[in-house]
Amino acid sequence: MTSSPLIRALDRSAVTFILVLVAIGVIVPLLNLALPPSSPWHVPTYLVALWGKYVCYALLALSIDLIWGYCGILSLGHGAFFALGGYAMGMYLMRQIGTRGVYADPIRPDFMVFLNWPELPVYWYGFQHFAYAALMVLLVPGLLAFVFGWFAFRSRVTGVYLSIITQALTYALMLGFFRNNFGFGGNNGLTDFKDILGFNVQAQPTRAALFAISVAALILGFLICRTIVASKLGMVLISIRDAESRTRFLGYRVENYKLFVFTLSACMAGVAGALYVPQVGIINPSEFAPGNSIEAVIWVAVGGRGTLIGAVLGAAVVNYGKTTFTSGLLAPYWLFVLGSLFVLVTLLLPRGIVGTVRHYRGAWRERRNAAHGRGAQAAPKPAE
Amino acid sequence: MDARTTSALLYLDAVSVSFDGFKALNDLSLTVEAGEMRAIIGPNGAGKTTMMDVITGKTRPDKGDVYFDGSHDLTSLDETQIAELGIGRKFQKPTVFEMHTVEDNLRLALKDDRTARATLAWRETAAEQARIGEILGVIRLGPVRRRVAGSLSHGQKQWLEIGMLLAQDPKLLLVDEPVAGLTDVETHQTAELLREIARVKTVVVVEHDMTFVRELGVKVTCLHEGSVLAEGTIDQVSANERVVEVYLGR
Ligand SMILES: Nc1ncnc2c1ncn2[C@@H]1O[C@H](COP(=O)(O)OP(=O)(O)O)[C@@H](O)[C@H]1O
Ligand SMILES: [Mg+2]
Repeated sequence: MTSSPLIRALDRSAVTFILVLVAIGVIVPLLNLALPPSSPWHVPTYLVALWGKYVCYALLALSIDLIWGYCGILSLGHGAFFALGGYAMGMYLMRQIGTRGVYADPIRPDFMVFLNWPELPVYWYGFQHFAYAALMVLLVPGLLAFVFGWFAFRSRVTGVYLSIITQALTYALMLGFFRNNFGFGGNNGLTDFKDILGFNVQAQPTRAALFAISVAALILGFLICRTIVASKLGMVLISIRDAESRTRFLGYRVENYKLFVFTLSACMAGVAGALYVPQVGIINPSEFAPGNSIEAVIWVAVGGRGTLIGAVLGAAVVNYGKTTFTSGLLAPYWLFVLGSLFVLVTLLLPRGIVGTVRHYRGAWRERRNAAHGRGAQAAPKPAE
Repeated sequence: MDARTTSALLYLDAVSVSFDGFKALNDLSLTVEAGEMRAIIGPNGAGKTTMMDVITGKTRPDKGDVYFDGSHDLTSLDETQIAELGIGRKFQKPTVFEMHTVEDNLRLALKDDRTARATLAWRETAAEQARIGEILGVIRLGPVRRRVAGSLSHGQKQWLEIGMLLAQDPKLLLVDEPVAGLTDVETHQTAELLREIARVKTVVVVEHDMTFVRELGVKVTCLHEGSVLAEGTIDQVSANERVVEVYLGR
């Protein structure tokens, strides 16, 4: 336990998981770019983009697992932070269009010209610079989460009440972004992107690169979360989750811990949204829909909350299922499937996929150790 | 910080708390000197736990003064601040962190920097490790140090919570019903342990069990309906007519 926090974070399953992600991040773009479409191993570009979307969802799920799985904060509005990060990126992409837009205005995006806005609103300033937009991707969700959390955690809003106000938050933002005079393209949102950092967003190499970058972001997010949960801070988070008032009586300032992870989690969700937008080519207010946030929580529940790896797995599995379902005959029933999945997991697999595997593996190890006369007794005897 | 108003470590004056009109504490006054161990007895509902809630910031009194170390007005501080001042508490219903191992429960309780930044960068020192080993010895949980606390027996949880109190190294320990649900042997051991702790700390113990209180051999305060009914040695208090009436008359 005396090793540095990062070393402690990298246990065997974490290292394995990172290696798998690295492999995916390298191999998928390679199979797309290096092989001719005729090859049976070729990964078509549309799949790269689709999987890239899953990776962004996985990062969102990871951010939810950090606060829900480890600190007991059930946010049902995390889609809002995802969407805000997406809008920040979308604003950058819009400003890259320049004179290639329908109205060929060098400064104003098409929808502003269409609405007869004489000039660019102040809050659109600076978004032509990628660095500024990237900063906003972190800052806007982070700041909103900080202010929201500051009030909510200080007034000790917990449990269902907190979940409800996070839903209200994302709902309110959705209504706002739907309005034309909000200045973000109303219900059409931001779309028709041309290029990112000078590269065509539709081009095959750009798509492959975006995929690789998304995987890299997921790995970084995973590393950050692992470092946190494997540190003493992570122990405090679990204490808060399981016995909040007890933690207070031990002298921990619970609201500060919550505020820290909540803000960090919102920033991660923002990054996920920012990487999502160039890959799907659009961001509109429906990304704020309360249902999206709830769906993301279901991914985490299915994969196993409080496991991190489970969140990533859950996002991938459920979204793969969704893609398969919604492209077939059963498309209209997807929501029923999702709902039943959630009910079934809650009833039959309350620990989720990864949680269940870990539970049985742990129990099996304990039995084996007991059979070999090791186990708990193996701990060094204290001086008595 | 204000000037010292009292020499006592813990000073409660005319404290009242009511829940929906029901007075759980009624003009309660009590002082505990530094280094003292005090036993608080009283029938169920006498207000013993509520008194601890007031001292630790969980419940705000409707009126009255609560001072710690003569200069800290506890009624204006929250749970975290009060814990930082050096008041530790064991709850009536044992509350340990069930998902953490026995060692980690102690680790979390160990006196240390409690900011999020410090806990993120935290590395265990040899001194901390030794201290945990020492406490495990005192509370006799060494052999189960790697078990999750949720799997402990009721008695072991009681002891773990006392161990957490020790790890916190507070100036004042508030111990609510430490022997509830323990066997006679365990009760006896707990009394020994608390007497040991009281040699260097100020301790307030709430307990029903008269044999246990007798074994502690300290000054006793009997609460009834939210105020002090009698105070003195165990023999004086148990000879008090009103105490007998309260305990036996119902
Ligand atoms: N939060 C509360 N709300 C309402 N009544 C309470 C609350 N806490 C305690 N009480 C009441 O106050 C009285 C004193 O309770 P308590 O301090 O727990 O007694 P003791 O610990 O001496 O058994 C009891 O009648 C109890 O029902
Ligand atoms: Mg009580």
